Amino acid sequence: MDYEIVIGLEVHTELKTDSKIFCGCSTKFGSEQNTNVCPVCLGLPGVLPVINEKVVEFAIKAGLALNCSILPFSKFDRKNYYYPDLPKNFQTSQYDLPIAVNGYLDIEVNGETRRIGVTRVHMEEDAGKLVHSGTISNSDYALVDYNRTGVPLIEIVSEPDLRTPEEAKAYLEKLKSILEYIDVSDCKMEEGSLRCDANISLRKQGESKLGTKTELKNLNSFKMVQKGLEYEAERQADVLEDGGRIIQETRSWDDAKGITVSMRSKEQAHDYRYFPEPDLVPIVVDPAKVEEIRINLPELPDARKNRLMADYGLSGYDAGVITASRAVAEYYDQIIAFKAEPKAAANWLMGEVSKFLNSANLGIEQCPVSPEKLAGLISLIEQGTISSKIAKTVFEEMWNSGKDADAIVKEKGLVQITDTGEIEAIVDSVIAANPQSVADFKAGKDRALGFLVGQIMKQTKGRANPEMVNKLLRDRL
Amino acid sequence: MKITLKDVENVALLSRLEFPENELATFTEQLNAFLEYADVLNQVNVEGIEPTAHVLPLKNVMRADEAKPSLARELALSNAPEQENGYFKVPKIMEG
Repeated sequence: MDYEIVIGLEVHTELKTDSKIFCGCSTKFGSEQNTNVCPVCLGLPGVLPVINEKVVEFAIKAGLALNCSILPFSKFDRKNYYYPDLPKNFQTSQYDLPIAVNGYLDIEVNGETRRIGVTRVHMEEDAGKLVHSGTISNSDYALVDYNRTGVPLIEIVSEPDLRTPEEAKAYLEKLKSILEYIDVSDCKMEEGSLRCDANISLRKQGESKLGTKTELKNLNSFKMVQKGLEYEAERQADVLEDGGRIIQETRSWDDAKGITVSMRSKEQAHDYRYFPEPDLVPIVVDPAKVEEIRINLPELPDARKNRLMADYGLSGYDAGVITASRAVAEYYDQIIAFKAEPKAAANWLMGEVSKFLNSANLGIEQCPVSPEKLAGLISLIEQGTISSKIAKTVFEEMWNSGKDADAIVKEKGLVQITDTGEIEAIVDSVIAANPQSVADFKAGKDRALGFLVGQIMKQTKGRANPEMVNKLLRDRL
Repeated sequence: MKITLKDVENVALLSRLEFPENELATFTEQLNAFLEYADVLNQVNVEGIEPTAHVLPLKNVMRADEAKPSLARELALSNAPEQENGYFKVPKIMEG
């Protein structure tokens, strides 16, 4: 039987503020355990939380970038559950009046654009971190670090609009890209500043009623999200095919084994008994403030992609790759500002630059070759001073030494030989030295020509203009 | 709304509390008495009145995003029944 997969994602992202959501403790990642804590985030009796204005601003910014409506009246609620990562026994979150609702983002998968609904964006506090001795199931006790407790989060909930694990991954990539563009989060999955839970259910093709869903946790990379969902879709299909029933439950992705495992909970149904947070007053958003934030939003990934396509004639694919990261897109714009030819600039950025960055495990921000220097290299190729093949050698040297392309080319004598006379002389000597190849070529073996070209390039250390060599060689023969 | 013994058992479980049978019965009775009292409010006509999110007529009380010194760790841990190596030490976690 054919099933349709229905996926919705819940993404938590830590906001890039200096201080926590309700107190002045630092949000710095990697501090010594329990050194960024105070009576407020430890939930000691009698303390009063006060919302960080930056959190509200960032949440509105994210809401607007995701095409949401900002609710004019918003409030906090207590979500009650008992787990030692919460010192207060409740998480301060937003329940029925979140800061932003009803948005969307567009994803592109296999050349097709799909609009995915964003149900809501709400603000909440992060929980602490548990350190287990041994494994979670066999340890006698747990150790708790509350540094992360109270770090501001926004939770972004999608509509169940995603139809394949691949779409889920594309949604996450797009969301991450937007959040990076608006500069509200570091979005580092490895540091836990971006986390994703996935809801997935199956239904028969053509059915409109949703099937019973399971929730997947422990998806620590975009790849794991896709793999976990692929596995879970297959598992559910098998259960249904065998006439079984899906149990609504939370399942954990075991990446090593490549399976999802039921997280049996002692608690029956989750019953969070939300109620309004009496210690925080409501947020009434000034529409003028919302407009101000909207006007000041930076150019977002889709707009930037369209601009690169329209202004520089880049393909949708290239423009998409370059604009996926704001830092890469900015680097690109700078190369162009230094008068590099746009298509060549795109090829270099997606080719050599990204190859070197990947192998050195660096981000574009740490690229040792500045946009200006890369533009310099590209213009040397454009002017015919060096061949693109030599340019790769020059780039490597620029990467290692930090020198200008110009200086390296002069220093190492890599200037392309464009003097016809000089090339002619070499062509003649190669012809004279390889009579057999010449005879082969004349007998119709085209491969022999390649050999001769190779010999000439070797003698010129790759500095001869290959087109010119080909032409001269053919003329001579 | 009537609170049953089952509701009380459920809330006790969610709150990680355990009570002898007779106390559960007492709580059920007492909680029902509270709710009956609160029921008086249901007689008030609230037509045209906005739901109240907070008892004080305040809004938008916010602070600037400035990191301030935190509590010294010894102090933060001073109320912990158990601690180890700068961490709060808690009993085995049942969920998971």
